[in-house]
Amino acid sequence: MKAKVLMAASASASRLTASLFALMALSFLIVASFAQSSQAIEIKEVKSPGGITAWLVEDYTVPIIALNFAFAGGSSQDTDAKLGVTNLLSTMLDEGAGDLDSQAFQGRLEDLTMSLSFSTGRDFFYGSFQSLQANKDHTFEMLRLAVNEPRFDAGPLERMKTQTISGIRRSLKRPDALAGLTLSKTIFPDHPYGRPSRGTEDTVSKLTSDDLKAQRAKIFAKDSLKIGVVGAISADELAVVLDKVFADLPENGDLVEIPNVEPVTDKNVHVDFESPQTSIQFGLPGYKRHDPKFMSAFVMNHILGGGTFSSWLYDEIREQRGLAYSVGSYLVPYQHSALLMGSTGTRPDKAGEAIDIIKAQMERMAQTGPTPAELEEAKSYLTGSYALNFDSSSSIARQLTGIQTQGLGIDYIDKRNEMVEAVTLEGVREVARDMFDGIEPTFVTVGKPLN
Amino acid sequence: MTGRSLTLKALALSLVVFASPVLPVAADTTGKASIEDFSKIRIGGTDVSQSTLDNGLQVVVIPDRRAPIVTHMVWYRVGAADEEPGKSGLAHFLEHLMFKGTKNTPEGEFSKMVAQVGGQENAFTSQDYTAYFQQVAKEHLEMVMGYEADRMSNLILTEKQVNPERDVVLEERSQRVDRSPAARLSETFDQVLFPNSPYGIPVIGWKDEIQSLNKDDAIAFYDKYYTPNNAILIVAGDVTSEDVLDLAKKTYGKVEQRAEPGPRDRPHVQIVPGNREVSLQSDQVAQPSLQHGWIVPSSTTAEPTESEALEVLSDILGGGVNSRLYQELVIEGEMATSAGAWYQSTALDDTRLILYTSPKDGVSLEELEKKALSIVNDLLENGVTAEEVERSKRSMLASAIYAQDKQDVLARIFGTALTTGGSVDKVQTWPARVAKVTPEQVQAVAQKYLTETSVASYLMPAAQAENVE
Repeated sequence: MKAKVLMAASASASRLTASLFALMALSFLIVASFAQSSQAIEIKEVKSPGGITAWLVEDYTVPIIALNFAFAGGSSQDTDAKLGVTNLLSTMLDEGAGDLDSQAFQGRLEDLTMSLSFSTGRDFFYGSFQSLQANKDHTFEMLRLAVNEPRFDAGPLERMKTQTISGIRRSLKRPDALAGLTLSKTIFPDHPYGRPSRGTEDTVSKLTSDDLKAQRAKIFAKDSLKIGVVGAISADELAVVLDKVFADLPENGDLVEIPNVEPVTDKNVHVDFESPQTSIQFGLPGYKRHDPKFMSAFVMNHILGGGTFSSWLYDEIREQRGLAYSVGSYLVPYQHSALLMGSTGTRPDKAGEAIDIIKAQMERMAQTGPTPAELEEAKSYLTGSYALNFDSSSSIARQLTGIQTQGLGIDYIDKRNEMVEAVTLEGVREVARDMFDGIEPTFVTVGKPLN
Repeated sequence: MTGRSLTLKALALSLVVFASPVLPVAADTTGKASIEDFSKIRIGGTDVSQSTLDNGLQVVVIPDRRAPIVTHMVWYRVGAADEEPGKSGLAHFLEHLMFKGTKNTPEGEFSKMVAQVGGQENAFTSQDYTAYFQQVAKEHLEMVMGYEADRMSNLILTEKQVNPERDVVLEERSQRVDRSPAARLSETFDQVLFPNSPYGIPVIGWKDEIQSLNKDDAIAFYDKYYTPNNAILIVAGDVTSEDVLDLAKKTYGKVEQRAEPGPRDRPHVQIVPGNREVSLQSDQVAQPSLQHGWIVPSSTTAEPTESEALEVLSDILGGGVNSRLYQELVIEGEMATSAGAWYQSTALDDTRLILYTSPKDGVSLEELEKKALSIVNDLLENGVTAEEVERSKRSMLASAIYAQDKQDVLARIFGTALTTGGSVDKVQTWPARVAKVTPEQVQAVAQKYLTETSVASYLMPAAQAENVE
């Protein structure tokens, strides 16, 4: 609440930033927005003659088509020596494909007024496409080229490596980013999840086009492909497109098995950093998406530090004491682990107090839990906010893809409301006890030396 | 919250891309949609309506029937640039305090009611406007209108609420500005770019002036500017104009005019002689970067066709990976890791056009700057090609169709325009004006405005910066 628009910063955002935003929103989806439906969204399962499946919501109101897809195997598939290769791959698919070199490809994207972007999470590799209906034949061809025939030419590869390294350097100078990297490393010390997704300056500088080809061959396969489509396209038309874009991919990927891992708790790591504000991040074990207790934990987290301006953390840290501008917590259900994470930032002399408050609220949640009224308010919010997650073609397409990657079933949107409603006070108290009772979160602080 | 600031960034970005009604656009055989078709688009569609209540509240309705939700916004024609000297940050501080309750509604009740129905809410302040919004299922529209109308005239503040909130704002300033070398330099840059204009003062305020703001300042500002005749209600979503107008009369219609804020005559931006440069060196800078800024007219202060030509100019110069700056500095010249330009068209007074770039390792700022300015000079001398203009117009106009996909973006486009001197009609006919921009007009605005000496900004790492890892 009460944020302000910084016009200068906003207006300087380029089209590149806009597509970046789309990717960030995607990662948010997995965490927090499995909303339910209060009205029917008709999802059709479309199976192409070539055996590709996609979920489709047909809608001709706005003459555009949004398509999202995901392959299993994100940055956790990187080897230690090739750290950042999956991320670099995601930056290179629109840097030339087929007969079009980077410049020709980018020029064509602009002529077609389409958007095409790729990104990687820990567990999945994502693609996102948006086109005017009028240009669809040409734009789907561009998608086909990017997915099947990327070139990885030397010039653009050097450029993307340089830009990636530049971003890595910047994040090491930003307290929040530094805290995030440090928290991952501390919580998952000997696991792929603990490593920086973008790699390090050293590993990225050594990556080659052969590395990209090898990584693409590992991940791009039909067996784990999930697709969501929304907009001005019929099921029959889509079936043809699916084969055109995806049918030539190999049946199976070659993914390395990632071990399950328990997050490390009760560590306190401080990174000295000259700053007028101390960044605080914390994490502790959460619940995986398929855990029967996930939904109780989801509702519990909403009360503790989730989305609204009424969470316990928000009230205690911001409203009552004015310690921070932002504070919140969220569940992060990975495929091979699960976390509850959170963050805030406050003046250096108050960092200790903020940490004590966070711990105290977890303790309060474990000991007394929410009141029945708080539980009802949380459920009311979480069920009522459904429709807002379905407010644009691209956000619906992201939802469709996300639901599939989590293996939740095509009726999930209809059932999700009931699942939230079914959460009980005892269920919330139980997950709170399991998560917080006798468990100390791992805390990372980045700022001036702590007192 | 990072998610929040990203959202705002993306939405604000769309302020320069605009939205459109539902209109099929045909493609030619190369797949390119035609400028001619784009130019017929009316942003927001043909059903946008506007009216004014007896108390002066302007009402704009943008029907969008795809999902049963509404975006409800109240925009006040007041922003940071309307603050008195010494009171910087007051518009933004009041924005925070607007959530503290009224004589009818205890603190937190409004937010709680929005949360209970699963709605989203927020508020934002800029130099020229302050706005409050909720997004809810359509059946809750009357509820949010009732609360918003209530806090248009019944705000109550106590020291106990105001003081911790001032600390929150100071933390917000720390988070957004003080701990970021780039943001700190940006404040210095604005101050030097906009002599004699409040646009040089940060929206969030100078730290010592924020510290001195108090309850009485906030209430005085509120009483002067938060009156229905200084506000615009914008509702986008699954509604009809008639329904919204009925509800508006029942809720906002009861709010009495409390003041007449008068014309918004601010000190005018001056073009001052001499080279102006600002720089900041810090060991928290990982990559050097530079900016050049020029004062240019906004869509409000420009002569006819100039603002649209400036939009096309900034797009050709630095609007993306196919722009001249990116192509020549990043791709062909292999001198930079990033390069671009942008123009803020929506502003009440004169505004800016900014060029930015960041060098690759081994390239000096001076070298890069020289090359970047030579790209500008080439454009001044030789103009732009018809093909470049066509390409930029096509992508700007297509953005209009994509923006149509989100109703809150649409509402923001109208709100921003109406609080910076625009009109509903001017917003709706933007595609037609852009479609008419010619290469000659682009070169003419470049020659008129970019030949003034630019203000330069250099962000540099400390000489002996050490890596954290």
